[in-house]
Amino acid sequence: MISMNKVSKHYGAFQVLTDCTTHVNKGEVVVVCGPSGSGKSTLIKCVNGLEPFQGGQITVNGVSVGDPKTNLSKLRAQVGMVFQNFELFPHMTIIENLTVAQIKVLGRDQHEAEAKGMQLLDRVGLKVQALKYPGQLSGGQQQRVAIARALAMDPICMLFDEPTSALDPEMINEVLDVMTELAQEGMTMMCVTHEMGFAKRVAHRVIFMDVGHIVEDDSKEAFFANPRSERAQQFLAKILHH
Amino acid sequence: MGYHWNWGVFLQPSATGDDTYLGWMLYGFKMTIGLSLSAWIMALILGAVIGVLRTVPNKVLSGFAMGYVELFRNIPLLVQLFLWYFVLPELLPPSLGNAFKQSNPIVQQFLASMLCLGLFTSARVAEQVRSGINSLPPGQKNASLAIGFTLSQTYRYVMLPMAFRLVVPPLTSEFLNIFKNSAVCSTIGLLELAAQGRQLVDYTAQPYESFIAVTVAYMLINVVVMFGMRWVEAHVRVPGYIGGK
Amino acid sequence: MYEFDWSSIPGALPYMAQGMKISLEITVTAVLVGIVWGTVLAMMRLSSITPLSWFAAAYVNFFRAIPLVMVLLWFFLIIPHLLETLFGFPRGSDMRLGSAIAGFSLFEAAYYSEIIRAGIQSVPKGQMAASNALGMSYGQSMRLVVLPQAFRNMVPLLLTQGIILFQDTSLVYVSALADFFGAAYKVGDRDGRLVEMLLFAGAVYFVICFAFSQLVRYYQKKLKTA
Repeated sequence: MISMNKVSKHYGAFQVLTDCTTHVNKGEVVVVCGPSGSGKSTLIKCVNGLEPFQGGQITVNGVSVGDPKTNLSKLRAQVGMVFQNFELFPHMTIIENLTVAQIKVLGRDQHEAEAKGMQLLDRVGLKVQALKYPGQLSGGQQQRVAIARALAMDPICMLFDEPTSALDPEMINEVLDVMTELAQEGMTMMCVTHEMGFAKRVAHRVIFMDVGHIVEDDSKEAFFANPRSERAQQFLAKILHH
Repeated sequence: MGYHWNWGVFLQPSATGDDTYLGWMLYGFKMTIGLSLSAWIMALILGAVIGVLRTVPNKVLSGFAMGYVELFRNIPLLVQLFLWYFVLPELLPPSLGNAFKQSNPIVQQFLASMLCLGLFTSARVAEQVRSGINSLPPGQKNASLAIGFTLSQTYRYVMLPMAFRLVVPPLTSEFLNIFKNSAVCSTIGLLELAAQGRQLVDYTAQPYESFIAVTVAYMLINVVVMFGMRWVEAHVRVPGYIGGK
Repeated sequence: MYEFDWSSIPGALPYMAQGMKISLEITVTAVLVGIVWGTVLAMMRLSSITPLSWFAAAYVNFFRAIPLVMVLLWFFLIIPHLLETLFGFPRGSDMRLGSAIAGFSLFEAAYYSEIIRAGIQSVPKGQMAASNALGMSYGQSMRLVVLPQAFRNMVPLLLTQGIILFQDTSLVYVSALADFFGAAYKVGDRDGRLVEMLLFAGAVYFVICFAFSQLVRYYQKKLKTA
């Protein structure tokens, strides 16, 4: 589904990503973790071309992301993405947030888009909030809406960029529950997250990054039982011991 | 002091005989309103376009927009007005320039004034639009692109609607400015409020009444615009959005 | 096509330099008086003594509601007449420069006071509380702690307002006072070379204002990183 081959990126002289190679198969859930500044957010934003990269190739469902001839908007419409700060559109109601891209990008009619939107809102437990504005919802609710907004486009895979980092602790689980459910239904997912509990429960594979390199790329069992690199061992020791 | 107050002067027939002095004032008032509103519409449209261009990821377009803003911001309004009114007709192709010079003087004055105020204000509107767009959280653009919007759809459906809401309060002061700045157009002979006030001083020998009336008229415009914009602000407010309060 | 003839300019340079001196004289005086009087107005506006704050609010709102051209006309046409009748100033004495300086100063003070008020309010309230806790009086806290921080943040805005003021000095045209623009206009009118003189005047204003605004921007950047 997602294939990266020796992806490199730099801002001027500053190397952000170096020769990152990995594959995400259909139906697979891959968690990307690593210390802050390791390049994990940049890596996931390369997948749908939000961040340009200079070296290597990325293909999504066989389409090359770096190819200038690729219609990026069309590709992005098929790849769902959830952001750290939700990024709902503040001037639209919740239901409008779910329908605007369906109508303007996919060309669905208003009726169909609303039906789809309401169904997804129901699924994330927020049907009654449909006519409110994002600013009137809690962070956890907003992030569930953001997931529903991405799902409304019938994506072939989903990217999550630290979806729980901006949330108060008591709201993290409601978001992780939605993500877990999605994984169990067989959605292909790539998640940047520090939630190791989620990784242990849900992920198939874990990628560990450090200073722009993919240091480990292993099954979750192998990663948690016996991380090979010293950096990953230190990282896990820090993050699991509190 | 020996000044003889006479507020009745406004009801006296004017020196030209066909109107009262109050009629002169009303004519000037209408001219000020008409000029300011038409220039304002021009400034909003041009300013929105230039402001957006300043933020697009294209060096030529954003550079052009920046030059535009700097040009209109760094030359005094009065000089700009004289350039439009006295200089432009000379530099146009002779047929066009002559057509302008032979048209009704009021039309000439009005067109030059509108062009001048509209362009001058558009540069200031553009700056507000630009800072509105730049003050949006950067993630909004990414989120819109990620959902499959093209760059122009991102501007149209997400960034501009939000930016314009943020820009309403600062635009209020630009809107007020355009009425005040329109007084500069009295210098090329356009008979708007300030010019009529001056004429009244010459014709009636009641300078205090004339100037007080004109000053009050400007204050009235100010109050009306302020309340109008407050109404607009309340109507475009996004519920629950911090900063949109 | 129009044929340009720039030959009027060299001979008129000394006269226009005289004009520029007047423009700058008005600008500098009005900036200084405007900032001092504006600071007083801002502190009155923020003070807890109601009549003072009302007076300052009325003053500021009044001057911000009317066009600068109107203010100047008041100062050129009405006030001198008033002074003549009230204080027996000699009739017909040329008070145009004085009037211009007074008009600009009082007008700009309203705008400066709003910038300064916003600057004072941008200093966190905790600073005043901390100074009071150290035993400083209101005046001491204001002078030693709040105002220095406020002015540091305001300098770019105050300078930008100065650039606007410099441009606005051209409006003394309404009194036929020969500032830089007035001088250029008179020469152009005399020689029938208005097109060239107006373009020249515009270019001079542009170069001065653009250069100065770039300096302000540079200073602003340095302030942010410091």
